[in-house]
Amino acid sequence: MAKIKPRVKAPKSVAAGEVFTVKTLINHKMESGQRKDKAGEKIPRQIINKFEAIFNGTPVLTADLDPAISTNPFIEFSMKISEAGDLAFKWHDDDGSVYETSKSIAIG
Amino acid sequence: MKTLTKSTLMGGFLALSLGFAATAGEDSTLVVNGETPIPVRAAAPEGSPLPELFSGWVFRSVETQAMQADDFDNPGMIFVDQAWEAWSTPEGSAGKSCADCHGEPDSMAGLRATMPKWNAEAGKLYTLEDYINESRVKHMGAEPWKWSGAQMTGMTALISLQSRGATINVKTDGPVAEMYEKGKEIYYTRVGQLDMACSNCHEDNYGVMIRADHLSQGQTNGFPAYRLKNAKLNSIHARFKGCMKNIRARPYKEGSDEFRALELYVASRGNGLVVEGPSVRN
Amino acid sequence: MNLSRRQALALGGAVITVSLLPVDLAHAASDQSNEAIAAFTGGADIGEGNLELTTPEIAENGNTVPIAVSASGAVSVLILADGNPSPGVATFHFGEMAEASASTRIRLAGTQSVIAVAKMADGSFIQAARSVKVTIGGCGG
Repeated sequence: MAKIKPRVKAPKSVAAGEVFTVKTLINHKMESGQRKDKAGEKIPRQIINKFEAIFNGTPVLTADLDPAISTNPFIEFSMKISEAGDLAFKWHDDDGSVYETSKSIAIG
Repeated sequence: MKTLTKSTLMGGFLALSLGFAATAGEDSTLVVNGETPIPVRAAAPEGSPLPELFSGWVFRSVETQAMQADDFDNPGMIFVDQAWEAWSTPEGSAGKSCADCHGEPDSMAGLRATMPKWNAEAGKLYTLEDYINESRVKHMGAEPWKWSGAQMTGMTALISLQSRGATINVKTDGPVAEMYEKGKEIYYTRVGQLDMACSNCHEDNYGVMIRADHLSQGQTNGFPAYRLKNAKLNSIHARFKGCMKNIRARPYKEGSDEFRALELYVASRGNGLVVEGPSVRN
Repeated sequence: MNLSRRQALALGGAVITVSLLPVDLAHAASDQSNEAIAAFTGGADIGEGNLELTTPEIAENGNTVPIAVSASGAVSVLILADGNPSPGVATFHFGEMAEASASTRIRLAGTQSVIAVAKMADGSFIQAARSVKVTIGGCGG
Protein backbone atom coordinates (compact mmCIF):
# COMPACT_ATOMS: atom_id res chain seq x y z
CA MET A 1 0.00 0.00 0.00
CA ALA A 2 1.22 3.48 -0.79
CA LYS A 3 2.64 5.42 2.10
CA ILE A 4 -0.03 7.34 3.94
CA LYS A 5 0.91 10.97 4.03
CA PRO A 6 -1.18 13.75 5.55
CA ARG A 7 -1.09 17.27 4.19
CA VAL A 8 -2.21 20.04 6.51
CA LYS A 9 -2.55 23.79 6.16
CA ALA A 10 -2.74 25.92 9.27
CA PRO A 11 -1.37 29.40 9.89
CA LYS A 12 1.97 29.74 11.64
CA SER A 13 0.60 32.46 13.88
CA VAL A 14 -2.73 34.09 14.59
CA ALA A 15 -4.12 36.81 16.82
CA ALA A 16 -5.75 35.53 19.99
CA GLY A 17 -9.43 34.91 19.29
CA GLU A 18 -9.02 35.32 15.54
CA VAL A 19 -10.91 32.68 13.56
CA PHE A 20 -8.68 30.77 11.16
CA THR A 21 -9.18 27.96 8.69
CA VAL A 22 -7.49 24.60 8.79
CA LYS A 23 -7.37 22.30 5.76
CA THR A 24 -6.43 18.66 5.95
CA LEU A 25 -5.91 16.09 3.26
CA ILE A 26 -4.62 12.53 3.57
CA ASN A 27 -4.16 9.91 0.91
CA HIS A 28 -6.26 6.88 1.68
CA LYS A 29 -8.27 4.65 -0.61
CA MET A 30 -11.32 4.70 1.64
CA GLU A 31 -12.26 1.25 0.38
CA SER A 32 -15.98 1.27 0.96
CA GLY A 33 -16.58 -2.45 1.12
CA GLN A 34 -19.06 -2.15 -1.74
CA ARG A 35 -16.65 -2.71 -4.61
CA LYS A 36 -16.12 -6.13 -6.10
CA ASP A 37 -12.85 -7.50 -7.39
CA LYS A 38 -12.35 -9.26 -10.72
CA ALA A 39 -13.51 -12.56 -9.25
CA GLY A 40 -16.74 -10.95 -8.12
CA GLU A 41 -15.76 -11.01 -4.47
CA LYS A 42 -16.44 -7.94 -2.33
CA ILE A 43 -13.25 -6.07 -1.51
CA PRO A 44 -13.22 -5.69 2.26
CA ARG A 45 -13.86 -2.27 3.73
CA GLN A 46 -10.90 -0.27 4.87
CA ILE A 47 -11.41 3.38 5.60
CA ILE A 48 -10.29 6.16 7.86
CA ASN A 49 -13.17 5.98 10.33
CA LYS A 50 -12.26 8.90 12.57
CA PHE A 51 -10.45 12.20 12.30
CA GLU A 52 -9.37 14.26 15.27
CA ALA A 53 -7.96 17.74 15.62
CA ILE A 54 -6.66 18.41 19.11
CA PHE A 55 -5.16 21.66 20.37
CA ASN A 56 -2.89 21.49 23.41
CA GLY A 57 -4.65 18.32 24.42
CA THR A 58 -8.19 19.64 24.01
CA PRO A 59 -10.37 18.22 21.22
CA VAL A 60 -11.28 20.84 18.64
CA LEU A 61 -13.00 18.74 16.02
CA THR A 62 -13.78 15.05 15.90
CA ALA A 63 -15.30 13.56 12.79
CA ASP A 64 -16.72 10.04 12.63
CA LEU A 65 -16.36 9.04 9.02
CA ASP A 66 -18.32 6.55 6.94
CA PRO A 67 -17.42 4.91 3.62
CA ALA A 68 -19.24 7.70 1.81
CA ILE A 69 -16.28 9.98 2.41
CA SER A 70 -14.30 10.23 -0.83
CA THR A 71 -10.91 8.69 -1.42
CA ASN A 72 -8.14 10.93 -0.09
CA PRO A 73 -10.31 12.42 2.66
CA PHE A 74 -10.40 16.18 2.80
CA ILE A 75 -11.63 17.96 5.91
CA GLU A 76 -11.67 21.71 6.38
CA PHE A 77 -12.77 23.51 9.51
CA SER A 78 -12.31 26.78 11.38
CA MET A 79 -11.28 27.52 14.91
CA LYS A 80 -9.77 30.08 17.25
CA ILE A 81 -7.20 29.91 20.03
CA SER A 82 -6.25 32.15 22.91
CA GLU A 83 -2.77 30.77 23.56
CA ALA A 84 0.02 29.36 21.44
CA GLY A 85 0.42 25.63 21.13
CA ASP A 86 0.32 22.52 19.02
CA LEU A 87 -2.54 21.49 16.80
CA ALA A 88 -2.35 17.71 16.56
CA PHE A 89 -4.14 15.72 13.87
CA LYS A 90 -4.99 12.05 13.99
CA TRP A 91 -6.55 9.82 11.38
CA HIS A 92 -7.76 6.41 12.62
CA ASP A 93 -7.71 3.56 10.11
CA ASP A 94 -10.08 0.58 10.33
CA ASP A 95 -7.02 -1.63 10.66
CA GLY A 96 -6.00 0.09 13.87
CA SER A 97 -3.29 2.30 12.42
CA VAL A 98 -3.28 5.91 13.47
CA TYR A 99 -1.67 8.49 11.21
CA GLU A 100 -0.56 11.67 12.89
CA THR A 101 0.91 15.02 12.23
CA SER A 102 0.90 18.35 14.01
CA LYS A 103 1.40 22.04 13.44
CA SER A 104 2.60 24.63 15.91
CA ILE A 105 0.63 27.84 16.02
CA ALA A 106 1.96 30.97 17.71
CA ILE A 107 0.03 33.96 18.97
CA GLY A 108 1.26 37.11 17.29
CA MET B 1 -38.42 16.38 -40.69
CA LYS B 2 -40.51 18.62 -38.41
CA THR B 3 -40.22 15.98 -35.67
CA LEU B 4 -36.45 15.85 -35.94
CA THR B 5 -36.04 19.61 -35.75
CA LYS B 6 -38.20 20.01 -32.66
CA SER B 7 -36.50 17.27 -30.69
CA THR B 8 -33.09 18.48 -31.75
CA LEU B 9 -34.00 21.92 -30.46
CA MET B 10 -35.29 20.47 -27.21
CA GLY B 11 -32.20 18.32 -26.92
CA GLY B 12 -30.11 21.38 -27.50
CA PHE B 13 -32.00 23.29 -24.83
CA LEU B 14 -31.47 20.42 -22.42
CA ALA B 15 -27.79 20.35 -23.23
CA LEU B 16 -27.45 24.10 -22.86
CA SER B 17 -29.26 24.27 -19.55
CA LEU B 18 -27.25 21.41 -18.08
CA GLY B 19 -24.10 23.01 -19.42
CA PHE B 20 -24.98 26.39 -17.98
CA ALA B 21 -25.64 25.05 -14.52
CA ALA B 22 -22.64 22.76 -14.51
CA THR B 23 -19.78 25.10 -15.38
CA ALA B 24 -18.21 28.30 -14.16
CA GLY B 25 -18.24 29.61 -17.66
CA GLU B 26 -15.33 30.32 -19.89
CA ASP B 27 -14.72 33.70 -18.27
CA SER B 28 -13.44 32.56 -14.91
CA THR B 29 -9.83 32.95 -13.91
CA LEU B 30 -7.56 30.70 -11.92
CA VAL B 31 -5.43 32.05 -9.12
CA VAL B 32 -3.52 29.42 -7.18
CA ASN B 33 -2.94 29.84 -3.45
CA GLY B 34 -4.35 33.33 -3.62
CA GLU B 35 -1.23 34.62 -5.30
CA THR B 36 -0.27 32.87 -8.52
CA PRO B 37 -2.47 33.77 -11.49
CA ILE B 38 -2.53 30.95 -14.02
CA PRO B 39 -3.73 31.97 -17.46
CA VAL B 40 -6.27 29.41 -18.60
CA ARG B 41 -6.79 30.74 -22.08
CA ALA B 42 -4.33 31.71 -24.76
CA ALA B 43 -4.13 32.85 -28.34
CA ALA B 44 -3.93 29.90 -30.66
CA PRO B 45 -0.52 29.37 -32.28
CA GLU B 46 -0.20 30.22 -35.96
CA GLY B 47 -1.74 27.61 -38.21
CA SER B 48 -3.77 26.15 -35.35
CA PRO B 49 -7.12 24.66 -36.25
CA LEU B 50 -8.46 26.12 -32.99
CA PRO B 51 -9.61 29.76 -32.83
CA GLU B 52 -8.45 30.13 -29.23
CA LEU B 53 -6.88 27.84 -26.65
CA PHE B 54 -8.62 26.88 -23.43
CA SER B 55 -7.18 24.85 -20.60
CA GLY B 56 -9.30 21.93 -19.48
CA TRP B 57 -9.82 23.87 -16.26
CA VAL B 58 -12.24 26.20 -18.00
CA PHE B 59 -14.70 23.43 -18.79
CA ARG B 60 -15.06 22.08 -15.26
CA SER B 61 -17.71 22.92 -12.68
CA VAL B 62 -17.15 25.76 -10.20
CA GLU B 63 -16.49 23.26 -7.42
CA THR B 64 -13.89 21.36 -9.41
CA GLN B 65 -12.20 24.59 -10.47
CA ALA B 66 -12.00 25.65 -6.84
CA MET B 67 -10.18 22.46 -5.92
CA GLN B 68 -7.25 23.48 -8.07
CA ALA B 69 -7.06 26.97 -6.65
CA ASP B 70 -5.37 25.95 -3.43
CA ASP B 71 -2.51 23.51 -3.04
CA PHE B 72 -4.16 22.31 0.15
CA ASP B 73 -7.44 21.62 -1.61
CA ASN B 74 -5.75 19.92 -4.54
CA PRO B 75 -5.59 16.20 -3.78
CA GLY B 76 -2.89 15.77 -6.44
CA MET B 77 -0.52 17.57 -4.11
CA ILE B 78 -0.44 14.70 -1.62
CA PHE B 79 1.24 12.66 -4.32
CA VAL B 80 3.62 15.52 -5.06
CA ASP B 81 4.60 15.39 -1.39
CA GLN B 82 5.22 11.67 -1.65
CA ALA B 83 7.32 12.15 -4.76
CA TRP B 84 9.28 14.87 -2.96
CA GLU B 85 10.25 12.28 -0.40
CA ALA B 86 11.02 9.70 -3.06
CA TRP B 87 13.21 12.33 -4.76
CA SER B 88 15.73 12.20 -1.95
CA THR B 89 15.38 8.53 -1.12
CA PRO B 90 18.20 6.36 -2.48
CA GLU B 91 17.03 3.42 -4.46
CA GLY B 92 18.57 0.78 -6.66
CA SER B 93 21.96 -0.87 -6.90
CA ALA B 94 23.85 2.41 -7.25
CA GLY B 95 22.49 3.57 -3.89
CA LYS B 96 21.58 6.95 -5.32
CA SER B 97 18.56 9.15 -5.10
CA CYS B 98 17.32 11.65 -7.70
CA ALA B 99 18.77 14.37 -5.50
CA ASP B 100 22.29 13.01 -5.75
CA CYS B 101 22.50 13.94 -9.44
CA HIS B 102 19.76 16.51 -9.82
CA GLY B 103 19.95 18.49 -6.60
CA GLU B 104 16.62 19.99 -5.61
CA PRO B 105 13.42 19.40 -7.61
CA ASP B 106 13.55 23.00 -8.79
CA SER B 107 16.46 22.05 -11.02
CA MET B 108 13.68 20.72 -13.23
CA ALA B 109 12.16 24.18 -13.71
CA GLY B 110 10.94 24.72 -17.26
CA LEU B 111 11.33 21.10 -18.31
CA ARG B 112 7.66 20.12 -18.33
CA ALA B 113 6.83 22.94 -20.73
CA THR B 114 8.99 21.40 -23.45
CA MET B 115 7.92 17.78 -23.13
CA PRO B 116 7.86 15.48 -24.97
CA LYS B 117 11.13 16.15 -26.76
CA TRP B 118 13.91 14.65 -28.77
CA ASN B 119 16.56 12.77 -26.84
CA ALA B 120 19.61 12.94 -29.08
CA GLU B 121 21.52 10.30 -27.16
CA ALA B 122 18.70 7.82 -27.39
CA GLY B 123 17.81 8.89 -30.91
CA LYS B 124 14.11 9.06 -30.17
CA LEU B 125 11.25 11.15 -28.84
CA TYR B 126 11.20 11.04 -25.06
CA THR B 127 8.36 11.76 -22.67
CA LEU B 128 8.90 12.72 -19.04
CA GLU B 129 8.21 9.11 -18.06
CA ASP B 130 10.94 7.97 -20.47
CA TYR B 131 13.49 10.29 -18.90
CA ILE B 132 12.54 9.26 -15.38
CA ASN B 133 12.75 5.56 -16.11
CA GLU B 134 15.99 5.94 -18.00
CA SER B 135 17.56 7.62 -15.01
CA ARG B 136 16.18 4.96 -12.71
CA VAL B 137 17.45 2.07 -14.75
CA LYS B 138 20.72 3.46 -16.10
CA HIS B 139 21.88 5.77 -13.33
CA MET B 140 20.27 4.34 -10.21
CA GLY B 141 20.19 0.67 -11.07
CA ALA B 142 16.58 0.66 -9.96
CA GLU B 143 13.48 -0.96 -11.43
CA PRO B 144 11.57 1.17 -13.92
CA TRP B 145 8.27 2.52 -12.65
CA LYS B 146 4.97 1.59 -14.24
CA TRP B 147 3.98 4.29 -16.71
CA SER B 148 0.82 5.32 -14.91
CA GLY B 149 1.47 4.00 -11.42
CA ALA B 150 1.26 6.18 -8.34
CA GLN B 151 5.04 6.61 -8.08
CA MET B 152 5.46 7.75 -11.67
CA THR B 153 2.48 10.09 -11.72
CA GLY B 154 3.56 11.55 -8.39
CA MET B 155 7.00 12.25 -9.81
CA THR B 156 5.72 13.74 -13.06
CA ALA B 157 3.43 15.89 -10.92
CA LEU B 158 6.38 17.05 -8.82
CA ILE B 159 8.35 17.88 -11.96
CA SER B 160 5.35 19.58 -13.58
CA LEU B 161 4.91 21.69 -10.47
CA GLN B 162 8.40 23.09 -11.01
CA SER B 163 7.18 24.47 -14.32
CA ARG B 164 3.85 25.78 -13.08
CA GLY B 165 3.04 28.91 -15.05
CA ALA B 166 5.63 28.23 -17.74
CA THR B 167 4.35 28.51 -21.29
CA ILE B 168 4.04 25.24 -23.16
CA ASN B 169 6.47 25.29 -26.03
CA VAL B 170 7.13 21.94 -27.66
CA LYS B 171 9.22 21.65 -30.78
CA THR B 172 7.54 20.04 -33.73
CA ASP B 173 10.29 20.33 -36.32
CA GLY B 174 13.72 18.83 -36.70
CA PRO B 175 14.18 15.22 -35.62
CA VAL B 176 10.69 15.04 -34.09
CA ALA B 177 8.93 16.11 -37.28
CA GLU B 178 8.15 12.55 -38.29
CA MET B 179 6.57 11.73 -34.93
CA TYR B 180 4.68 15.02 -35.06
CA GLU B 181 3.14 14.09 -38.40
CA LYS B 182 2.35 10.60 -37.12
CA GLY B 183 0.65 12.05 -34.06
CA LYS B 184 -1.34 14.45 -36.19
CA GLU B 185 -2.52 11.59 -38.36
CA ILE B 186 -3.62 9.60 -35.32
CA TYR B 187 -5.47 12.65 -34.00
CA TYR B 188 -7.58 12.94 -37.10
CA THR B 189 -8.14 9.25 -37.82
CA ARG B 190 -11.49 7.75 -36.93
CA VAL B 191 -11.21 4.52 -34.98
CA GLY B 192 -13.30 2.18 -32.91
CA GLN B 193 -16.87 0.99 -32.96
CA LEU B 194 -18.04 4.56 -32.49
CA ASP B 195 -15.84 5.51 -35.42
CA MET B 196 -14.54 8.71 -33.90
CA ALA B 197 -11.33 10.66 -34.07
CA CYS B 198 -9.93 12.88 -31.32
CA SER B 199 -10.86 15.89 -33.42
CA ASN B 200 -14.55 14.99 -33.53
CA CYS B 201 -14.89 15.88 -29.86
CA HIS B 202 -11.95 18.07 -29.03
CA GLU B 203 -11.80 20.22 -32.12
CA ASP B 204 -15.29 20.11 -33.57
CA ASN B 205 -17.28 20.01 -30.36
CA TYR B 206 -15.40 21.41 -27.40
CA GLY B 207 -17.70 23.39 -25.12
CA VAL B 208 -20.61 21.12 -25.92
CA MET B 209 -22.02 18.51 -23.54
CA ILE B 210 -21.50 14.92 -24.52
CA ARG B 211 -24.17 13.27 -22.42
CA ALA B 212 -23.22 14.49 -18.95
CA ASP B 213 -19.66 15.55 -19.66
CA HIS B 214 -18.50 18.99 -20.71
CA LEU B 215 -16.10 18.50 -23.63
CA SER B 216 -12.75 20.21 -23.41
CA GLN B 217 -10.18 20.86 -26.11
CA GLY B 218 -8.31 17.80 -24.91
CA GLN B 219 -5.25 19.78 -23.93
CA THR B 220 -2.46 18.20 -21.91
CA ASN B 221 -1.04 21.25 -20.15
CA GLY B 222 -2.69 20.19 -16.88
CA PHE B 223 -1.30 16.68 -16.80
CA PRO B 224 -0.76 14.69 -14.74
CA ALA B 225 -4.34 15.35 -13.75
CA TYR B 226 -6.03 14.38 -10.51
CA ARG B 227 -9.33 13.04 -11.78
CA LEU B 228 -12.36 13.01 -9.52
CA LYS B 229 -13.52 9.93 -11.38
CA ASN B 230 -10.72 7.71 -10.13
CA ALA B 231 -9.43 9.86 -7.28
CA LYS B 232 -5.82 9.70 -8.42
CA LEU B 233 -3.26 11.32 -10.67
CA ASN B 234 -3.55 10.27 -14.30
CA SER B 235 -0.81 10.24 -16.90
CA ILE B 236 -1.33 11.52 -20.43
CA HIS B 237 -1.13 8.04 -21.94
CA ALA B 238 -3.59 6.68 -19.41
CA ARG B 239 -6.03 9.36 -20.48
CA PHE B 240 -5.47 8.63 -24.16
CA LYS B 241 -6.12 4.98 -23.40
CA GLY B 242 -9.34 5.84 -21.57
CA CYS B 243 -10.55 8.01 -24.41
CA MET B 244 -9.94 5.23 -26.91
CA LYS B 245 -11.81 2.77 -24.73
CA ASN B 246 -14.71 5.22 -24.51
CA ILE B 247 -15.10 5.12 -28.29
CA ARG B 248 -14.74 1.35 -28.22
CA ALA B 249 -11.43 1.26 -29.99
CA ARG B 250 -8.57 -1.02 -29.07
CA PRO B 251 -6.23 1.39 -27.27
CA TYR B 252 -2.55 1.71 -28.02
CA LYS B 253 -0.30 0.83 -25.12
CA GLU B 254 0.95 3.36 -22.62
CA GLY B 255 4.53 4.08 -23.59
CA SER B 256 3.93 3.04 -27.19
CA ASP B 257 5.29 5.04 -30.10
CA GLU B 258 1.73 5.81 -31.18
CA PHE B 259 0.97 7.49 -27.88
CA ARG B 260 4.33 9.25 -27.82
CA ALA B 261 3.58 10.67 -31.25
CA LEU B 262 0.07 11.62 -30.19
CA GLU B 263 1.38 13.19 -27.01
CA LEU B 264 3.73 15.39 -29.03
CA TYR B 265 1.02 16.46 -31.44
CA VAL B 266 -1.53 17.15 -28.69
CA ALA B 267 1.06 19.06 -26.64
CA SER B 268 1.82 21.23 -29.66
CA ARG B 269 -1.86 22.11 -29.99
CA GLY B 270 -1.46 23.63 -26.54
CA ASN B 271 1.62 25.72 -27.31
CA GLY B 272 0.75 29.00 -25.61
CA LEU B 273 -1.16 27.55 -22.65
CA VAL B 274 0.76 27.16 -19.41
CA VAL B 275 1.75 24.21 -17.26
CA GLU B 276 -0.65 23.93 -14.34
CA GLY B 277 1.27 21.64 -12.03
CA PRO B 278 -1.01 18.77 -11.12
CA SER B 279 -4.47 19.84 -12.25
CA VAL B 280 -7.87 18.73 -10.99
CA ARG B 281 -10.29 17.43 -13.58
CA ASN B 282 -13.43 15.35 -13.73
CA MET C 1 -50.46 16.92 -30.36
CA ASN C 2 -48.85 13.61 -31.11
CA LEU C 3 -45.34 13.53 -29.72
CA SER C 4 -42.82 11.05 -30.99
CA ARG C 5 -41.07 9.14 -28.22
CA ARG C 6 -37.92 11.11 -28.84
CA GLN C 7 -39.81 14.38 -28.57
CA ALA C 8 -41.54 13.32 -25.40
CA LEU C 9 -38.28 12.30 -23.78
CA ALA C 10 -36.52 15.49 -24.78
CA LEU C 11 -39.45 17.59 -23.65
CA GLY C 12 -39.59 15.80 -20.34
CA GLY C 13 -35.87 16.17 -19.92
CA ALA C 14 -36.06 19.87 -20.53
CA VAL C 15 -38.86 20.26 -18.03
CA ILE C 16 -36.96 18.40 -15.34
CA THR C 17 -33.93 20.55 -16.00
CA VAL C 18 -35.86 23.75 -15.54
CA SER C 19 -37.43 22.71 -12.25
CA LEU C 20 -34.12 21.54 -10.94
CA LEU C 21 -33.55 24.02 -8.16
CA PRO C 22 -32.19 22.48 -5.01
CA VAL C 23 -35.34 22.25 -2.96
CA ASP C 24 -35.25 22.01 0.78
CA LEU C 25 -36.89 18.66 1.33
CA ALA C 26 -38.70 18.26 4.58
CA HIS C 27 -39.18 14.72 5.79
CA ALA C 28 -38.84 12.71 2.60
CA ALA C 29 -35.98 10.55 3.89
CA SER C 30 -35.54 6.82 3.42
CA ASP C 31 -36.12 4.35 6.25
CA GLN C 32 -32.41 3.90 6.74
CA SER C 33 -31.90 7.63 6.97
CA ASN C 34 -34.75 8.02 9.41
CA GLU C 35 -33.23 5.33 11.57
CA ALA C 36 -29.88 7.08 11.57
CA ILE C 37 -31.54 10.39 12.39
CA ALA C 38 -33.52 8.82 15.25
CA ALA C 39 -30.35 7.30 16.64
CA PHE C 40 -28.72 10.72 16.56
CA THR C 41 -31.63 12.63 18.10
CA GLY C 42 -32.91 9.96 20.41
CA GLY C 43 -36.30 10.51 18.86
CA ALA C 44 -36.49 14.19 19.79
CA ASP C 45 -38.37 16.66 17.60
CA ILE C 46 -36.43 18.30 14.83
CA GLY C 47 -37.03 21.89 13.90
CA GLU C 48 -35.66 24.25 11.34
CA GLY C 49 -33.08 26.87 12.00
CA ASN C 50 -29.81 28.33 10.98
CA LEU C 51 -28.29 25.26 9.40
CA GLU C 52 -26.52 25.97 6.16
CA LEU C 53 -25.82 23.00 3.96
CA THR C 54 -23.83 23.77 0.83
CA THR C 55 -23.79 21.28 -2.01
CA PRO C 56 -23.35 21.66 -5.75
CA GLU C 57 -26.53 21.72 -7.83
CA ILE C 58 -24.98 19.24 -10.19
CA ALA C 59 -22.05 17.13 -9.05
CA GLU C 60 -19.34 17.00 -11.69
CA ASN C 61 -18.57 13.47 -10.55
CA GLY C 62 -20.37 11.44 -7.91
CA ASN C 63 -17.06 10.08 -6.70
CA THR C 64 -15.96 13.36 -5.16
CA VAL C 65 -18.67 15.86 -4.24
CA PRO C 66 -17.62 18.83 -2.10
CA ILE C 67 -20.07 19.71 0.66
CA ALA C 68 -20.03 22.12 3.56
CA VAL C 69 -22.14 22.48 6.66
CA SER C 70 -22.42 25.37 9.06
CA ALA C 71 -24.66 25.81 12.09
CA SER C 72 -23.70 28.49 14.54
CA GLY C 73 -24.01 27.10 18.05
CA ALA C 74 -24.17 23.45 17.05
CA VAL C 75 -22.22 20.87 19.05
CA SER C 76 -22.48 18.16 16.45
CA VAL C 77 -23.80 17.65 12.94
CA LEU C 78 -24.87 14.41 11.30
CA ILE C 79 -24.58 14.17 7.52
CA LEU C 80 -26.52 11.58 5.53
CA ALA C 81 -26.73 10.74 1.85
CA ASP C 82 -30.27 9.60 1.51
CA GLY C 83 -29.86 7.66 -1.71
CA ASN C 84 -26.59 5.85 -1.02
CA PRO C 85 -26.55 2.10 -0.29
CA SER C 86 -25.87 3.13 3.27
CA PRO C 87 -26.79 6.72 4.16
CA GLY C 88 -24.11 7.47 6.75
CA VAL C 89 -21.57 10.03 5.62
CA ALA C 90 -20.04 11.66 8.67
CA THR C 91 -20.74 13.10 12.09
CA PHE C 92 -18.82 16.18 13.11
CA HIS C 93 -18.37 16.96 16.81
CA PHE C 94 -17.28 20.53 17.55
CA GLY C 95 -15.19 21.39 20.57
CA GLU C 96 -15.21 24.81 22.16
CA MET C 97 -12.40 26.18 20.03
CA ALA C 98 -14.06 25.12 16.80
CA GLU C 99 -16.47 27.11 14.70
CA ALA C 100 -19.47 24.89 14.11
CA SER C 101 -18.74 24.35 10.45
CA ALA C 102 -16.86 21.85 8.32
CA SER C 103 -16.28 20.96 4.70
CA THR C 104 -15.46 17.65 3.15
CA ARG C 105 -15.85 15.62 -0.04
CA ILE C 106 -18.27 12.75 -0.31
CA ARG C 107 -19.41 9.98 -2.61
CA LEU C 108 -22.91 10.10 -3.96
CA ALA C 109 -24.15 7.02 -5.77
CA GLY C 110 -26.76 8.90 -7.76
CA THR C 111 -29.04 11.90 -7.68
CA GLN C 112 -30.33 12.23 -4.11
CA SER C 113 -30.78 14.41 -1.08
CA VAL C 114 -27.98 15.18 1.31
CA ILE C 115 -29.40 15.65 4.81
CA ALA C 116 -27.80 17.44 7.73
CA VAL C 117 -29.09 17.28 11.31
CA ALA C 118 -27.49 19.52 13.89
CA LYS C 119 -27.57 19.10 17.65
CA MET C 120 -27.53 22.51 19.26
CA ALA C 121 -25.91 23.46 22.56
CA ASP C 122 -29.30 23.59 24.26
CA GLY C 123 -30.08 20.01 23.24
CA SER C 124 -32.48 20.91 20.44
CA PHE C 125 -32.17 19.65 16.88
CA ILE C 126 -32.50 21.31 13.50
CA GLN C 127 -32.17 19.88 10.02
CA ALA C 128 -31.70 20.85 6.40
CA ALA C 129 -31.58 18.91 3.15
CA ARG C 130 -30.43 19.65 -0.38
CA SER C 131 -30.92 17.77 -3.58
CA VAL C 132 -27.81 17.04 -5.61
CA LYS C 133 -27.97 15.89 -9.20
CA VAL C 134 -25.36 13.26 -9.92
CA THR C 135 -24.72 12.55 -13.54
CA ILE C 136 -22.95 9.68 -15.17
CA GLY C 137 -21.93 9.02 -18.69
CA GLY C 138 -20.23 10.95 -21.35
CA CYS C 139 -16.64 10.55 -22.20
CA GLY C 140 -15.49 11.16 -18.67
CA GLY C 141 -16.90 7.71 -17.93
